[in-house]
Amino acid sequence: MHLELIGLGKIFVDATQGTEIPAISSIDLQIKQGEFVSIVGPSGCGKSTLLRIISGLEKSFEGRVLLDGQEVLRPTNDIGLVFQQYALFPWRTMCENIEFGLEIMRMGKEERRSIAEKYVNLFGMQGFEDRYPSQLSGGMQQRVAIARTLIMNPKLVLMDEPFGSLDSQTRNDMQEFLMDLRQKRNDTILFVTHNVDESVFLSDRIVVLSKRPARILRIFELTAPHPRDRTSKIANDIRREVIGILRQERNSPSPTKT
Amino acid sequence: MWRYLPVLLLLCLWQILCSLGTVPNYVLPSPIEIMQGLGTLLTTGMPPGHLLYNHILYSLYRVGWGFSIACVLGIPLGLLMGWFPWFHRVFSPIVEVVRPIPPLAWIPIAIVWLGIGMRSAAFIIFLGAFFPILLNTASGVLSVNPILIDAAKTLNATQKDIFFKVLVPASLPSIFVGMRVGMGVAWMTLVAAEFSGVKDGYGLGFMIMTARDIQRPDQILAGMLVIGMIGFIIDWLFKAWESRITRCV
Repeated sequence: MHLELIGLGKIFVDATQGTEIPAISSIDLQIKQGEFVSIVGPSGCGKSTLLRIISGLEKSFEGRVLLDGQEVLRPTNDIGLVFQQYALFPWRTMCENIEFGLEIMRMGKEERRSIAEKYVNLFGMQGFEDRYPSQLSGGMQQRVAIARTLIMNPKLVLMDEPFGSLDSQTRNDMQEFLMDLRQKRNDTILFVTHNVDESVFLSDRIVVLSKRPARILRIFELTAPHPRDRTSKIANDIRREVIGILRQERNSPSPTKT
Repeated sequence: MWRYLPVLLLLCLWQILCSLGTVPNYVLPSPIEIMQGLGTLLTTGMPPGHLLYNHILYSLYRVGWGFSIACVLGIPLGLLMGWFPWFHRVFSPIVEVVRPIPPLAWIPIAIVWLGIGMRSAAFIIFLGAFFPILLNTASGVLSVNPILIDAAKTLNATQKDIFFKVLVPASLPSIFVGMRVGMGVAWMTLVAAEFSGVKDGYGLGFMIMTARDIQRPDQILAGMLVIGMIGFIIDWLFKAWESRITRCV
């Protein structure tokens, strides 16, 4: 797996006023197999838009997205996307949600159920298979959403602030859960967050974006082995530096007039 | 139990006013007389020989037809209206022009087209039920959270998969609301549709009109009571069905 973003840009057109709002400008980035890359940036800077472009959901944008040299033009099984709001189907049970992608592939009922069961076990969700999303906690719902994505074994997993609406204790649990999962499966993950702590705890690389229009300000490499100590000196140093860049960016005058 | 006390008091007051002769019984029969009227509808029938349960069956039959056709046409058209913007643009002006016409205003032309009888009545009932079903279904599709559609797309769903596996189940609660409202309107329309003429001599509306012709206000009110009760039961059944199917949402 090799992901290459070449000169990605996106301009939103406000049809009522006829104005153009640049959201992203010329982003170049490469991600290798097995990497965990976080994207942090000021809120509203276009992080989610970037993931939508990479996933193929966004139709009009500048630049190119190459997955293993192939241009991504529409959503595909090779790229999974996990949403902040979980986006589970409320009329389907946990198992039926996890199986959705397999059902789309027209896999037989028993086969897909047995695969889904494996994910239920791997994710520690036994006993909740027949519950509906509204009957599950936020952390559990997000696990279901992650399982629904990973069951397709995508080459690249995009996560859009997946733990953003969880309380901080559950958030920490989920971060550890994700690290655990990654050791077992070695997924390649591109992870958007506005939480610097989270990115320092999880990532191999942290990409810091500017405010609108988003461009790459700085890329940090983190080599500390997992599981990481959230309070170690090196973690604190990187955290301080990233937060400093973001603060400076927030206070700088906006370069664009819209 | 105490919440039914006002109803009970009202009934007592009503009975007393009638027994004292303050309200003449040809204007408003007493509750007891209405119950007796109900008894004669059950045993003798109105007109004699035409028993109440047959009137009910014929009315349910007409409503069943009109309502079923409204569902069969209204739900798919509503789904299409919600899903295809161009279909919405083409279809909604027609809907907006036809919808404000009261179903009862269609009775004369319905009789011209379909003659007096079952088909006319079913057509009027269909008109009453169709629009609530159509519009609720369409608005159900329009209010589906777009993020669910995005999620389905990233799991490789085709347009057809999205339609059947996301839009239809997600709009089910709205479809049910449309069916419940449509059934309510259908039942209300029924009686008027049967006023317009019934060939086979059965139907709750026909029964009430016959009772009026021979000056039996007790039977008129008993008939109204039956119509109200059946409407209530149907709505209750719909609610029970709805909560079974959409319990998770």
